[in-house]
Amino acid sequence: MSRRRTIAIAVTVAGALAFVWLINATALWEFALRALFPTLRDVLMPRDTLATFVLQHLALVGTSSVLTIAVGVPLGIWVTRRSGAEFRSLVVAGTDLGQTFPPVAVLALAMPVLGFGFWPTIMALFIYGLFPVVSATIAGIEAVPRSVVEAGVGMGMSSSQVLMRAELPLASRVIVSGIRTSVAINIGTATVGAAIGTGGLGVPIIGGLAVQNMAYVLEGAIPAALLAVLADSILAQVESAVTVAEG
Amino acid sequence: MIRLEGVTRRYGDELAVDDLSLEVAEGEVCVLIGPSGCGKTTTLRMINRLIEPSGGSIMVNGRNVMSMRPEELRRGLGYVIQSIGLFPHLSVERNIGVVPHLLGWDKQRMAERARELLHLVGLDPEVYLGKYPRQLSGGEAQRVGVARALAADPPVLLMDEPFGAVDPLNRERLQAEFARIQRELHKTVLFVTHDIDEAIRLADKVAIMRDGRLQQFASPEEVLNHPANKFVHDFVGADRALKRLVRVRVEDVMRSPAIVQEGSEELAFRVAAGRRRFVYVIDAAGKLVGWMDTADLEPDMDPAEALTRVDPAQASVRSDASLRDALSRMLGLGFRAIAVTDDKCRLVGEVTFAAVEEAMTEGDEHITNIAEEDAG
Ligand SMILES: Nc1ncnc2c1ncn2[C@@H]1O[C@H](COP(=O)(O)OP(=O)(O)OP(=O)(O)O)[C@@H](O)[C@H]1O
Ligand SMILES: [Mg+2]
Repeated sequence: MSRRRTIAIAVTVAGALAFVWLINATALWEFALRALFPTLRDVLMPRDTLATFVLQHLALVGTSSVLTIAVGVPLGIWVTRRSGAEFRSLVVAGTDLGQTFPPVAVLALAMPVLGFGFWPTIMALFIYGLFPVVSATIAGIEAVPRSVVEAGVGMGMSSSQVLMRAELPLASRVIVSGIRTSVAINIGTATVGAAIGTGGLGVPIIGGLAVQNMAYVLEGAIPAALLAVLADSILAQVESAVTVAEG
Repeated sequence: MIRLEGVTRRYGDELAVDDLSLEVAEGEVCVLIGPSGCGKTTTLRMINRLIEPSGGSIMVNGRNVMSMRPEELRRGLGYVIQSIGLFPHLSVERNIGVVPHLLGWDKQRMAERARELLHLVGLDPEVYLGKYPRQLSGGEAQRVGVARALAADPPVLLMDEPFGAVDPLNRERLQAEFARIQRELHKTVLFVTHDIDEAIRLADKVAIMRDGRLQQFASPEEVLNHPANKFVHDFVGADRALKRLVRVRVEDVMRSPAIVQEGSEELAFRVAAGRRRFVYVIDAAGKLVGWMDTADLEPDMDPAEALTRVDPAQASVRSDASLRDALSRMLGLGFRAIAVTDDKCRLVGEVTFAAVEEAMTEGDEHITNIAEEDAG
């Protein structure tokens, strides 16, 4: 492993530790927000601790992202196979449409079916995050040189061997970058889940807007932004880990 | 052995390959040649079933390819594709190991095989084993492609313009290497090119195609001496006599030279004995040092002064070179004869312009010599 990689990983780990420390440093938040908004009676939302909001948020993002990857990558692979080729444009259009839908509208549509709470939000986030993963998977696989695939088949690889030994390794960097985009979108979008009672960092944001308490809004928005940066840099490490040597 | 009988491939109304029959005997190199788009790649890809024929039958080693599982068939056929297609995420070593890996070889055997093959294609394993494809030049990548096709020692090779991406100089070197490797390995090879010189140089049999149809299927000599039709005649080109020289090896027409040892130059006259104008001078190890022109010698001069010292690498040809190489070397140097040396620069003979001329006009006699030698 190169020196640069080692340093980048060390910085990311340090960032993660700092984040954990920060969301538990209630006194610091209290002090800083009071300094900013001296007139407010409460500067931290009494309903839950910040750490709890963050954990709820992570549960939303984590669950939806796992689903997105578990469905999006195979879906993307399938439409690049001969068996799924005819569904390629349908799948791309569908996931594309899912993304142009406002998340609140997805929530409104999902609610009658899945009810209030966790699962409707997961549903919305899943649909929302699917497009970047599917399109990156397709793009990554289609960018693999034809000559490489032909050589693989010509040497006697089965189509699944070509997929596992040539196409996926060569597409993995692009796929992970799609996952990065998807997770970043999900971290922001998950805040709307608070509107239907799923908790998370959206609670102080939406609550703060409702009662005109800007300190609450910052209590939700700052950790959400930091979380997005942190998740992105963790995935960046994954991305460079799967970026095959290629010299 | 490869046998195609009445093979046809249709794309819509077009026939990419039209009723093609040919046979590559075991251990022979058949070169498939023709203008771009005449169906060469299509023919090759039907043999390993990357394309299904629309009609006809294809046998490899006595078995109909349609009766075999495609993966099994392909693992027994070394395949060099037109666009090389090395796996960019794998090192040279692991690229060469792709088929052995599929066949379940153990690690050590694969590692040994990769070294052996890099040696064979003229790349230093120490330098190249750990490299990645994008660190290779086009010519190096094509060699690795050839090594990869040879990895599991398949008896049959399908090579689609394996030297297509290489500059003329390196191409000739690779061709010479290929000829050397083939003399060692005796593979059954179907080799695609659109370079007629390459075909004449490497082929036991040449199959000339045009618009999917076979025009002539014969030995290079036959194609040169008796082109089947106007197309073949034009395709072979006007310099047929010159091309014929490619098929004749220097060692088959060279004669023994007049030689003196360095230090005994005064013997040159006696050695020449009035029949040879040039006398070659060698050192104790037999290496070519230079020559003396006996026409320059005067009775009262020091004979050593008449010695022209030369660099053997520049002023001689190797015994396994072709007569065309010898001719171009002679023309380049402005001589009417040239020394022939072995791989250690030792003088083994001399080729004269007269011998070249003779081969150009009455090539057939020498050609039979080569054919016999190759068969033996
Ligand atoms: N998939 C395809 N669909 C339709 N036509 C095709 C297809 N593949 C090849 N052809 C046609 O078949 C003919 C033969 O193609 P092929 O690739 O075998 O030529 P080639 O002799 O290898 O040419 P080159 O020297 O340029 O490589 C061409 O006219 C080409 O346009
Ligand atoms: Mg071709």
